[in-house]
Amino acid sequence: MQRIGVFVCWCGSNIAGTVDVQAVSEALKLEPGVVFSTNYQYMCSQAGQQIIKDAIKEHKLTGIVVCSCSPRMHEATFRKTAAAAGLNPYMVEIANIREQCSWVHKDVPTGTEKAIILGKAAVAKVNLNAPLTPGESPVTKRALVIGGGIAGIQTALDIADAGFPVDIVEKKPTIGGKMAQLDKTFPTLDCAACILTPKMVDVAQNEKIRIFSYSEVEEVKGFVGNFDVKIKKKARYVNEDVCTGCGACTEKCPQKKVPNEFNLGMDNRRAIYIPFAQAVPKVATIDPNYCTMLKTGKCGVCSKVCTAGAIDYKQQDQIIEEKYGAIVVATGFNPISMDKFEEYAYSQSKDVITSLEFERLTNAAGPTAGKLLRPSDLEHPHTIVFVQCVGSRCENCAEKGKEYCSKICCMYTAKHAMLVRDKYPDTEVYVFYIDVRTPGKNFDEFYRRAVEEYGVHYIKGMVGKVTPEGNKLKVQASDLIMNKQVHIDADLVVLAAAIEPDKSARPLATMLTASMDTNDFFTEAHPKLRPVESPTAGVFLSGACQGPKDIPETVSQAGAAASKVIGLLAKDKLTGNPCIASPNEQMCNGCSSCERVCPYGAITYVDKEFRMPDRTTLMRRVAQVNPAVCQGCGACTVACPSGAMDLRGFASAQIIAEVDAICK
Amino acid sequence: MSHGNNNLKEELLRISGVNPKKCMRCGKCSATCPAYDEMEYHPHQFVVMVEEGNIEPLLNSDSLYKCLTCFACVERCPRGVEPAKLVEAVRLVATRRQGANHLKPDDVPGKLDEDLPQQAIVSAFRKYTK
Amino acid sequence: MQVNEKKPLIVAFCCNWCSYAGADLAGNNRLAYPADVKIIRVPCSCRVNPMFILRAFQRGADGVIICGCHPGDCHYTSGNYFTRRRMAMLFSMLDYLGIEKERTRVEWVSAAEGAKFAATMNDFAEKVAALGENKRLEDLRCKR
Repeated sequence: MQRIGVFVCWCGSNIAGTVDVQAVSEALKLEPGVVFSTNYQYMCSQAGQQIIKDAIKEHKLTGIVVCSCSPRMHEATFRKTAAAAGLNPYMVEIANIREQCSWVHKDVPTGTEKAIILGKAAVAKVNLNAPLTPGESPVTKRALVIGGGIAGIQTALDIADAGFPVDIVEKKPTIGGKMAQLDKTFPTLDCAACILTPKMVDVAQNEKIRIFSYSEVEEVKGFVGNFDVKIKKKARYVNEDVCTGCGACTEKCPQKKVPNEFNLGMDNRRAIYIPFAQAVPKVATIDPNYCTMLKTGKCGVCSKVCTAGAIDYKQQDQIIEEKYGAIVVATGFNPISMDKFEEYAYSQSKDVITSLEFERLTNAAGPTAGKLLRPSDLEHPHTIVFVQCVGSRCENCAEKGKEYCSKICCMYTAKHAMLVRDKYPDTEVYVFYIDVRTPGKNFDEFYRRAVEEYGVHYIKGMVGKVTPEGNKLKVQASDLIMNKQVHIDADLVVLAAAIEPDKSARPLATMLTASMDTNDFFTEAHPKLRPVESPTAGVFLSGACQGPKDIPETVSQAGAAASKVIGLLAKDKLTGNPCIASPNEQMCNGCSSCERVCPYGAITYVDKEFRMPDRTTLMRRVAQVNPAVCQGCGACTVACPSGAMDLRGFASAQIIAEVDAICK
Repeated sequence: MSHGNNNLKEELLRISGVNPKKCMRCGKCSATCPAYDEMEYHPHQFVVMVEEGNIEPLLNSDSLYKCLTCFACVERCPRGVEPAKLVEAVRLVATRRQGANHLKPDDVPGKLDEDLPQQAIVSAFRKYTK
Repeated sequence: MQVNEKKPLIVAFCCNWCSYAGADLAGNNRLAYPADVKIIRVPCSCRVNPMFILRAFQRGADGVIICGCHPGDCHYTSGNYFTRRRMAMLFSMLDYLGIEKERTRVEWVSAAEGAKFAATMNDFAEKVAALGENKRLEDLRCKR
């Protein structure tokens, strides 16, 4: 039997004005288990807390009920008070007789009656309370960043800046991501490489950062503070530590017909290659799908020209195992495939290109060395049509497009149109739009400049059809303002393709038990208040893997994610919330109902040996809750068909006791 | 704003199964329409006008019969609004109003010419089989 | 029996993060609602086991309301979706047992919606009071 003390607070006249506190403390004295009951003006004051401490010691209390303001206000205070007097802090319950009683009811009899009932419910609950101790777990002081684009780079730099070691895993041979492929960046038009490559060099030179390029995450185990990760370092057939990045091999390799993915297949590279001049790490990689030596065993030119002796045709995939305290997902985005948009003739004509391809066409390091030439005949295009929202805001064509707005297209199209008119004033530029969405600092001004100063023709309407005819592209579109159909003979058509999360995100989310939305974007822990955290503790989100984002937003989110990681890694130990789910193994039948509803992946199953009455043993599958991961929502407790799962601090028996006390 | 013929609007929506509220006014239906220049009211206007209940002008317009029912707008619409089905529903309502037909079967042979697409003739006749 | 004088008894389960805070805000703003409403704090609306509701009716509650975060705003990501589906099932069963649909309700109240909390409770209490005492599930053995 518990020995319970009840402490009724007047809160000056806040409570005492509407509730007869004396009557409340006297009524509650009669409740089962209550051995002491008193009231005082301000329980939360120093003197009030002393009354509680003294009573705990004097009456050997095992539980206390404080009838006062909301537990959201002072529960923590009174728990500390109890702990200071040697009582387990989770043996404290609050009856909320201010916000939910005295402040909302007018007359004293009503207020007093309700306060007594609320107090009875709290006493009934405390009677069933058990001391709880929060679990502790150590923190591995190392972070993993998955993805080496601008998001991953910024996050890694910020974490390393705080003094914690960081590893970046990038599946491509170099970090840099999509931003490395861009030409200029809106709305300031500075060149992407000029602002990105210094950051890439910072990453390479930072002692706290390791780069695993050409690598992928293979397996993730563990939980917040204690992740065990297996990283597969794919064989690049070049010894990274020895290669100097001189590029001699990439010039001598006889296999010249490999589509260059960095330029989106618009030109060719060799079978051994360095993606671009500023690559980090600047190390050659052999493409096993095209290398003659690897395929037939005859060639070896690169090995002969390499003075450093870095070529290793026998290199194998390597598995690296490492422990991490926090994981940041920065897997980024890709433009969607345009193959299914037959109306735009993307697969029929080389002169229908996506905006990312356009970036490469205008980039000085691109396939045309920065001259705007159409891919089919390398002629200068005189009429260019930009089509917005290709695949974005597409409700019923899930197999083709995406339902959401891709957010960045309006701005980069304005940028492209402006740059074309700036460099080649003899070019007519048409932009077909549904809406122009430019919410951002200096964004709308930028778009207006494209129209007003650069004379870009913005037409409200959509392109319905593009037909290649001779060396022209016949564009049929509607002009909704003029209410007419327009026909343009274009030389180049640029499609603002919707963006989608990288394909590697879905399997990664499964490994991390991090939740995703229907579009495969990672879900944040709270859409407004916790935007850079995944609901899975210890997993953080950076950049476009969480939703479409431009560069400024990505960088700020990357910094925010880094600060959350630093906050976690700065702790030596993680103290958990003790109010978590706990299964009764005797009752659990291993049905997995709880595992399926857990939003955090906190529940796993183990085979456990049980002793039977006849002295035999039986192996049974039972649920196990990871205390570091469980957040204590209680979804599993209701899903459990056998009633084996219960929530500490909010046990079924406790809530039923409260119901009973209220309904008496 | 509403022109108020709500009964007729409801009937059209029921016949066609179209929800014009899904339209985001992109105009791709009109951009893709091969009969655009022949029509007084264009596919996107059908959607907007039906949504507003402004249906009488559509019922009295030639545009009903200029639509080829090629369904290009249905195929291309990013929001799944299906304007051609709406045009067809308006056509059906016009047909059901006795004597309101713009096209009598007897007139059809006189209107035939070399350039007329086969599909146009088929869809012109189709309404009489309803 | 004092049937006519008995005030209705309403049990409200409020999630700790949104609705309980909403109830606190109603208090802060002194927005009155009937004292018949007694609040039980749960971590998340998905902690509310249908058993608790049956128990409340068994013990003589006249109405039970469950308040949680708005869909999409759940502190635990998806808890309120579970609540919505579970309660839809339970309430239709209760309806079959003769507990009128007006006696049960799920409502989304955010931490900023003190006014909505008070208005909801006023409305619910009024509807429950209009139905009179609920004896359908009452367990007479528990009667004092």
